[in-house]
Amino acid sequence: MIEIKNINKTFGDRHVVKDVSFKFETGKTNLIIGESGCGKTTVLKLMVGLHQIDSGEILYDGDNFAAKKQKEQQEIRKKIGMLFQGGALFDSQTLEENVRFPLDMFTDLSKAEKMDRVNFCLERVQLTGRNKLYPAELSGGMKKRAALARAIANNPSYLFCDEPNSGLDPKTSIVIDELISDITKEYNITTIIVTHDMNSVIQIGENIMFVHKGQNWWTGDKSKILNSDNKELFEFVFASDFMKQFFGK
Amino acid sequence: MKPIYHIGRYFLLIKRVFSKPENLKVYFNQFLYEVNSLGIGSLGLIAIISIFMGGVITIQSAYNFTSPFIPRYAIGLGTRESIVLEFSPTIVSLILAGKVGSNIASEIGTMRISEQIDALEIMGINSAGYLIRPKILAAMFINPFLITISMFLGVFGGFLFGVFSGACDAEKYIFGIQSFFIPYNIVYALTKTVIFAFIITSVSAYHGYYTSGGALEVGRASTKSVVYNSIIILVTNLIITKLMLV
Repeated sequence: MIEIKNINKTFGDRHVVKDVSFKFETGKTNLIIGESGCGKTTVLKLMVGLHQIDSGEILYDGDNFAAKKQKEQQEIRKKIGMLFQGGALFDSQTLEENVRFPLDMFTDLSKAEKMDRVNFCLERVQLTGRNKLYPAELSGGMKKRAALARAIANNPSYLFCDEPNSGLDPKTSIVIDELISDITKEYNITTIIVTHDMNSVIQIGENIMFVHKGQNWWTGDKSKILNSDNKELFEFVFASDFMKQFFGK
Repeated sequence: MKPIYHIGRYFLLIKRVFSKPENLKVYFNQFLYEVNSLGIGSLGLIAIISIFMGGVITIQSAYNFTSPFIPRYAIGLGTRESIVLEFSPTIVSLILAGKVGSNIASEIGTMRISEQIDALEIMGINSAGYLIRPKILAAMFINPFLITISMFLGVFGGFLFGVFSGACDAEKYIFGIQSFFIPYNIVYALTKTVIFAFIITSVSAYHGYYTSGGALEVGRASTKSVVYNSIIILVTNLIITKLMLV
């Protein structure tokens, strides 16, 4: 489980994250949702240490990540897998090398064992036989799946996903969502997804934090979100005519 | 205050670059990759430039050494000294600052804006060490070989174009390049080369590593790296020359 307690972040004179607290539960898909620019990606980057918090606590299974030195943070990061918005695959490496990279770096596995693990991960994201392709040769959806394969290669305890569906068609989005959800259950990991895609929210939102103006505005799950009387959340969820008509709002 | 900020940040980056590696084998493989990419990949360009510049130096020397008091073998001697002392270590390093330096800045800059550096950090890898150290060490290792090859090709180019253009005769040119040879000059040239290799790779990597924004900023980082490399190389060249030759 990851818990954030009263975290704050300021960039210059802009207070981007204001006193945000939340518990991200293990074995569940935890979603951070909100409109563009509300601070949800910043919360995610604070949690993994890409930005430093101004105040507050970030607890990884009770261990205060934010209070640790850079080297100690690196040890916790070895248990983290992250799926970036653009995939962030290494351009100079093939798919196989990308997925093998964390194994080469941090494990003493033999070559054959690493290959088994790489093939398993690629199979898990339905990219079997694409080992020798370079990122430039992959479609957007394939890049996301490849990045997911790399994120899970080293058996992470925590999986972070930044806008996993951005730029993807609805069908591919569902494939990615289901993959993330299945992996979360299968390996009992703590998964945190930043998204503004309502399909994802309804599909896999088990534990949701709605961020508005840098604050934790609402928390709940997919069953509660459609019936919430929170004004800002209502406006976010039912922004499109389709959603209003479909749910009779 | 800006220059002090950049100098401070540069040295902090260098400290991170040379901190303990996570996995020596992976770093060594990366070193070999960079030796090939930065070194062998520049060989063709250096060969062409050295041969032609050697030719030009020889012809210009012949054009200027018209006094009957200057022996004709001085053309070969002058060509060799110009190439060994200045052309190969300094001018070729400036050319490498353009080719290799802009390549490093844009490669690392693109990795920064496409979140590949963040991906390394999230994995628990010291991204500065993994990306920059192999490049610095590879350049410091391979550049002395490149510069030595450049010296030979420059002197050979001088012979080729000097003799075939009729600017000097072969026998006197060969006598000239064998005369008054001071081995210390090679030590001086290669010392400069190693220091310039460090400057080219580390300054370019610094500009790439701290890129933020988009494609425009990557282009700017690349240009800045060439400009700063050139200035730092020229100033360092003066300092090393004063320290080692005077």
